[in-house]
Amino acid sequence: MKQKFNVITSTCIPLPLENVDTDQIIPARFLKATDKEGFGDNLFRDWRYNKDGSIKKDFVLNDSRYSGVILVAGKNFGSGSSREHAAWAIAGYGFRVVISSFFADIHKNNELNNFVLPVVVSEGFLQELFDSISEDNKMEVKVDLPNQVVTNLKTRKSERFEINGYKKHCLMNGLDDVDFLVENRDKVESWENANK
Amino acid sequence: MNTLFDKIWDKHVVQTIKDGPTQLYIDRLYCHEVTSPQAFAGMRERGLKCFRSDKIYCMPDHNTPTHDQDKPVDDPISRKQLDTLDKNCDDFGLKEFKMNTKDNGIIHVVGPEKGLSLPGMTIVCGDSHTSTHGAMGAVAFGIGTSEVEMVMASQCILQQKPKSMRININGKLSPNVVAKDVALYLMSKLTTSGATGYFVEYSGHVVRDMSMEGRLTLCNLSIEMGARGGFVAPDEKTFEYIKGREYAPKGEEWDKALAYWKTLKSGDDAIFDKELNFNASDIAPRITYGTNPGMGIAIDKTIPTLDTIDEKEQASFMKSLEYMGFAPGEKLLGHSIDYVFLGACTNGRIEDFRAFANIVKGKKKADNVTAWLVPGSWLVDEQIREEGIDKIVEAAGFEIRQPGCSACLAMNDDKIPAGKYSVSTSNRNFEGRQGPGSRTILASPLVAAAAAITGKITDPRTL
Repeated sequence: MKQKFNVITSTCIPLPLENVDTDQIIPARFLKATDKEGFGDNLFRDWRYNKDGSIKKDFVLNDSRYSGVILVAGKNFGSGSSREHAAWAIAGYGFRVVISSFFADIHKNNELNNFVLPVVVSEGFLQELFDSISEDNKMEVKVDLPNQVVTNLKTRKSERFEINGYKKHCLMNGLDDVDFLVENRDKVESWENANK
Repeated sequence: MNTLFDKIWDKHVVQTIKDGPTQLYIDRLYCHEVTSPQAFAGMRERGLKCFRSDKIYCMPDHNTPTHDQDKPVDDPISRKQLDTLDKNCDDFGLKEFKMNTKDNGIIHVVGPEKGLSLPGMTIVCGDSHTSTHGAMGAVAFGIGTSEVEMVMASQCILQQKPKSMRININGKLSPNVVAKDVALYLMSKLTTSGATGYFVEYSGHVVRDMSMEGRLTLCNLSIEMGARGGFVAPDEKTFEYIKGREYAPKGEEWDKALAYWKTLKSGDDAIFDKELNFNASDIAPRITYGTNPGMGIAIDKTIPTLDTIDEKEQASFMKSLEYMGFAPGEKLLGHSIDYVFLGACTNGRIEDFRAFANIVKGKKKADNVTAWLVPGSWLVDEQIREEGIDKIVEAAGFEIRQPGCSACLAMNDDKIPAGKYSVSTSNRNFEGRQGPGSRTILASPLVAAAAAITGKITDPRTL
């Protein structure tokens, strides 16, 4: 999952629902694995499949008109459970970017820690994206991480998005927080000595 | 500034990365079996040992069955996850409160009970309801599995400092209105994203009057408003609760700790990024009607009509009602239900069982209802039996099951069947939360008890 990030241009998959919680992204019964593999198969499991395992034709991941590595979702994406399995499912399915007007805190961190980029856009920009996709399901969006700009290539409208410099550096270089923290263990010891 | 949150947070800053997050020291890491295996695997791959193994406590809770815990767990996949935690704790030399021992239960119930969650601490767990421990006056919050690995490797995480919010609830709660109703009320006012980006301090008469159990319930549900966490400044009630508990400081250590804990409050001049005020008199017993915890109403009111919903949210609103089998404008009092669940890290404490028993005493369980009464820990189970609560509920036709997370998220056998209605004291009513197709109505233990007796949604004030 440690794919280095730079500029991504892709068609989009729209999910114009608000408050999509992580129980929908990956239901609890799929949390019993002890590794990180295979979660993509069960992304949005209960919206994607009927109980008998047949596919629900009206769900967007099953709609052949849509494809791409960018998921465009409604406000407050990833609320609820802290399960990182939701981020593993999104990454495992092949998404590299999720665009929404608002992300739940823990889920946003989980995406970043799995090299999926959460892009926060304005309500207006998001609505226009949904409109553009519904008018032309092959329309593309360009996500430029180095310049922190997202562009709707149909309307040519762009918007700047925020990401802190450290996380941007990590994503662009495939770096990992654990390595950073282990390298800084001496600072932790100093803190402990000063706070005995 | 000068808020209690700032005081605790700032004290734990190891370093601030330029143009990046804060490296924050963690006093306590709790692990359960679901969100830890991949973190342990990562540690193995990197060839690392836990940096401070004495600050980590582990407990299986999500997969534990609520019966026959002394026998092997039936579901092989659950069993594997439980065994993996045992093995990881052995390999990494970590303290585990094992299943089927008196120390076990739900980590968010047991941590405070054992005196492991203390005022002024930073506490994390790979579980969003870690916010529960805020009731002890700690900065406690849920993290992802990558972050669990970070804490194992360095006793630190990297975090952006959240903004601070104070929620004041003043006045006095009416009879039959409890902490759960307060939390459900706040969620309906703030929505599930209203506190995203914030850390909440709960304050005001209602919070001061609340028992420690009530505060644990209130803080538990902070995440349901989107907050990173929520906490209550420690007071005499907190200190009294902690004193004498197994892992609480003793002797001179206690005196030293207490002196420090007494300094833990927001200054009179503290400035919060956001401050909200609510009145206790506006809060009635509550229920949810939708598929997120913010979709709630006073129990005797009607579901909102479509014209009162923002146009952009109407699709989600209707999808939610369709799933629940309800209609806009419908009144839910008297609606028949199938299951009742008392338990979870929200309402699996002794006070919740007392409240339930008070209502069902001398009455009989409705025939159409299956009720699961699941203590949050073996200690709660012991209290239930000491106080004779087991006898009261058994006489009313109920049984007490064995402790664990149970039907809150149905990772064990306790699943609500598709299409069935459950009045649940747990924390989430998401689609499929209590089993695929299950329909969950969140409520207090009093509302749950009233429903268990009548077989339908009933206002406990009318019993």
